[in-house]
Amino acid sequence: MTTHTTSPQTSRKRLVVVGNGMAGIRTLEELLAKAPGRFEITVFGAEPHPNYNRIMLSPVLAGEKTFEQIVLNGRDWYEANGITLFTGDPVESIDREKRTVTAMSGRTVAYDTLLIATGSTPFIIPVPGADRLGVVGFRDLADVETMLEAAAQGGRAVVIGGGLLGLEAANGLKVKGMDVTVVHLMDTLMERQLDRSAGTLLQRELERRGIAVLTGADTAEILGNSRVSGVRLKDGQVLPADLVVMAVGIRPNMALAKAAGLACGRGLQVDDAMRTSDPAIYAVGECVEHRGQTYGLVAPLFEMARVAADRLAGGETSAYTGSVTATKLKVTGVDVFSAGDFSGGAGCEDIVFRDAARGVYKRVVVKGDRLLGAVLYGDTKDGGWYFQMLKDGADVSAVRDTLIFGQGFGGGEGTANPKAAVVALPDSAEICGCNGVCKGTIVQAITEKGLSSLDEVRAHTKASASCGSCTGQVEQLLAVTLGDGYAGEAKAKPMCKCTDRTHDEVRRAIAALELKTIPDVMQRLEWKTPDGCHHCRPALNYYLLCQWPGEYKDDYRSRYINERVHANIQKDGTYSVVPRMWGGLTNAKELRAIADVVEKFAIPTVKVTGGQRIDLFGVKKEDLPAVWADLNAAGMVSGHAYAKGLRTVKTCVGSEWCRFGTQDSTGLGVKLERLTWGTWTPHKVKLAVSGCPRNCAEATIKDLGVVCVDSGYELHVGGNGGMHVRACDLLVKVATEAEVLEYTGAYMQLYREEARYLERTAPWLERVGLDYVKKRLVDDPESRKALNARFLFSQTFSQDDPWAERASGAVDRHEFAPLAQVG
Amino acid sequence: MDQSIKGTAADWIEVGRVEDIPRQGSRIVKTGRGDIALFRTVADEVFALEDRCPHGGGPLSQGIVHGARVTCPLHSWVIDLASGEAVGPDEGCAGHCPVRVVGGVVHLGLMAFKEGCGHE
Ligand code: SRM
Ligand SMILES: Cc1cc2nc3c(=O)[nH]c(=O)nc-3n(C[C@H](O)[C@H](O)[C@H](O)COP(=O)(O)OP(=O)(O)OC[C@H]3O[C@@H](n4cnc5c(N)ncnc54)[C@H](O)[C@@H]3O)c2cc1C
Ligand code: SF4
Ligand code: FES
Repeated sequence: MTTHTTSPQTSRKRLVVVGNGMAGIRTLEELLAKAPGRFEITVFGAEPHPNYNRIMLSPVLAGEKTFEQIVLNGRDWYEANGITLFTGDPVESIDREKRTVTAMSGRTVAYDTLLIATGSTPFIIPVPGADRLGVVGFRDLADVETMLEAAAQGGRAVVIGGGLLGLEAANGLKVKGMDVTVVHLMDTLMERQLDRSAGTLLQRELERRGIAVLTGADTAEILGNSRVSGVRLKDGQVLPADLVVMAVGIRPNMALAKAAGLACGRGLQVDDAMRTSDPAIYAVGECVEHRGQTYGLVAPLFEMARVAADRLAGGETSAYTGSVTATKLKVTGVDVFSAGDFSGGAGCEDIVFRDAARGVYKRVVVKGDRLLGAVLYGDTKDGGWYFQMLKDGADVSAVRDTLIFGQGFGGGEGTANPKAAVVALPDSAEICGCNGVCKGTIVQAITEKGLSSLDEVRAHTKASASCGSCTGQVEQLLAVTLGDGYAGEAKAKPMCKCTDRTHDEVRRAIAALELKTIPDVMQRLEWKTPDGCHHCRPALNYYLLCQWPGEYKDDYRSRYINERVHANIQKDGTYSVVPRMWGGLTNAKELRAIADVVEKFAIPTVKVTGGQRIDLFGVKKEDLPAVWADLNAAGMVSGHAYAKGLRTVKTCVGSEWCRFGTQDSTGLGVKLERLTWGTWTPHKVKLAVSGCPRNCAEATIKDLGVVCVDSGYELHVGGNGGMHVRACDLLVKVATEAEVLEYTGAYMQLYREEARYLERTAPWLERVGLDYVKKRLVDDPESRKALNARFLFSQTFSQDDPWAERASGAVDRHEFAPLAQVG
Repeated sequence: MDQSIKGTAADWIEVGRVEDIPRQGSRIVKTGRGDIALFRTVADEVFALEDRCPHGGGPLSQGIVHGARVTCPLHSWVIDLASGEAVGPDEGCAGHCPVRVVGGVVHLGLMAFKEGCGHE
């Protein structure tokens, strides 16, 4: 056991630094520059290495840098500055009375001033098995070495945490050849730094690189014997793993300080002079809490270091007042930047810029004349510029209009003037990526063939004929080439104010560009609002659902309330409940269950509907799951009386009882309802089957109505009641029930695929014409069969009773319970 | 990311965590003065409005949330979440009260509730 004391001949004060990391040593660098020789300095480091650049551990993991390249101050630096360095020897206690520290080795060193810079430790979530071999944090070189060893064996890694650290770890391990899955609790990656749009883009990019990403996933247990073998999630899913990296957050490392009786909260508390509750002890870095804030990035730590160094050097005025931070992700080839507060709010204005072709998304938030925050994805070169203005609280009113285009936009460059930009392109520049058409080809076609509209350009060159994302550029080429001779396009109505595109254009793009989520669509098609509105979101949700059956995950937040909670909202905020009665048939058991439910939940009104079933009115929202559970128990499912989907199949009595009946209209109605229930459609769909031309089921004002005759079945389409009553058109007459079913599936699918959202079959039929529908369904049996097959395929995913899912509490439980009760 | 409003601890009532409110969604807090709807936007900001549309009393908590707005489920008025004001040609204002988020916990400033004004 050795005791180090300063040699009595020197009158220099003794400074001891605990923590050989980024903040502590930066403080020393600043101090040595300001007041060389003022202190006799001793540094303790827990790690066996000299001071290195911790943030560069990510490139070390990815193999882009070696450890030697990230050392900041080698041992020779300590020597040259007369600093005594003990590495691999953590300080274990502080004796504030005697002013000494004692390290693990037993070494005790006296101080006049102590600087604590112990950084932070990775938070290990306390799930069973978290202590198994092969579970690591991502904090120091030892962690990186563990990861590199595991990666050398190949195998599988699970990274828990989709923040900055987790994603850098995931990328590194992937580059090193492991199969990597990121498990993230929230539903977007880096949710604290990025908004949903940028988070989604990031996720796509990582997935493109082969990293699997599970969002909304909560870890339940780390599996294995002595070594880790997998991760079990709360939903039961098991992910096999040879390595588990926990990167869910960091905790200020304040155990030592706390044991010494220094004031601690979330971190080791310091004042603006970086002094702890003991005036002889200073602290900097991630271990501290300053004005209630803790930090996890180097920029604020360096600001702290400057203040601490100044105070140590004898300065009396410098003060640390907190920092605004900016984040960049260090994954090569992925540019992400975020700074400030971009959560919007009262009086804030969002400026959004999307350039789908370049994969760029930018959002700046302005309040009054000041910049509040910025999120940049894909093009981060202006990050520094925004960050500077943000920190300075600069008045941005003069540049506000062009702020989003960045610093390079001076007017002269023409980057923001789309016409000038298109003029500047060489003839060989590709305009239409889908069809590989370049500028020269388009301009030549316009001049040589005398084209004057977008449609003509599409017809002659195919440019803008597929996904349509180059439409704007083609229009600019028309304008530039024809000058005044270009009249512009007679614009079809855009979907809503969030976009210039029409419903049809958006649908085409979803298919052509394989867009699979609402944020994807908004990004690629350059939506003008951050998350759309109540017009476009339900439409997009439907288009995606229709295009990618089984694959697209329904976005309940983009559903109108009735479809979200599977009941019809009433004027007083209660709901109505309509169980399905197949083909209008019911029985004693069902009626008894309905009666019981009505009594049990004191349901005020029971009514027979125009759709041949029973409606229970005035059900309280919180009672819905229980009401459904009781109805389910009697075998009843949702009647979808609220859905843009199949509502009812009305039937009449038919041949079973009626003296005029020609066929079993009731039975056929039930079959049709079994075929079509649960489907989602652009607007509601109602069917009916009448047993003879007297037509008691009003089949000829339905979306599809069957009228039975002696020789078979007449299929009538495109009718509705409502404000503009439209009687059906006769589509075809068929001989068998099987044909009726096939035609119905095909007709439903044609409507699903081609009608615009909220367009019922009647206006759709008038728009496309009966002949077109006949061409697709009657004249072309192949097309009919293919449509029907697609319908049947999509039905395999949609015929689950939404009530049962919710009554069991498995889905959307939060919908039916208040968050809290107060007062 | 605290949306800071000054007040003493007693004025703020803890009602739950931000994660308990679905993003682009809403949850209800039942209070002595009626239901308060808490909204969480796509950008994770939290707002509180009285759960009554200034138009006809519709439950705003049931609407579609987009940007910092909600569309009433009954007749599609669009209400600004921060101010409670109806947007566009419609006129009226939903009652509202301040919210602050501290360490992920949502606090309601019920004492500072501002009455709405409407055409009921
Ligand atoms: C309950 C019911 C009235 C009744 O008591 O009979 C009813 C009630 C409503 N109808 Fe209807 N319609 C009902 C049968 C009809 C019928 C008759 C039929 O289906 O044979 C029609 C005419 C046929 C048709 O649809 O073409 C009908 C044409 C409409 C329309 C006009 C549709 C149109 O294309 O113009 C609307 C408005 C809409 O959907 O946008 C509408 C909308 C509504 C809404 C959903 C209004 C709303 O958005 O809140 C009502 C919901 C009440 C509720 O909470 O349940 N209801 N509605 C009937 C429910 C049938 C069922 O069992 O599901
Ligand atoms: C992989 C990775 C990537 C990062 N990327 C970025 C980035 O891109 N941008 C950014 O701004 N920030 C980034 N950071 C965060 C940044 O590295 C930290 O903010 C910074 O290192 C904190 O400095 P510090 O001095 O407070 O702590 P540290 O650098 O951790 O230093 C603390 C040191 O004290 C030692 N110690 C602890 N207890 C004792 C004891 N009792 N006795 C002796 N020694 C002790 C520790 O072993 C450690 O060496 C990243 C961090 C990691 C891990
Ligand atoms: S006719 Fe009008 S009032 Fe009657 S149920 Fe239909 S929508 Fe409501
Ligand atoms: S009650 Fe809200 S819009 Fe009518």
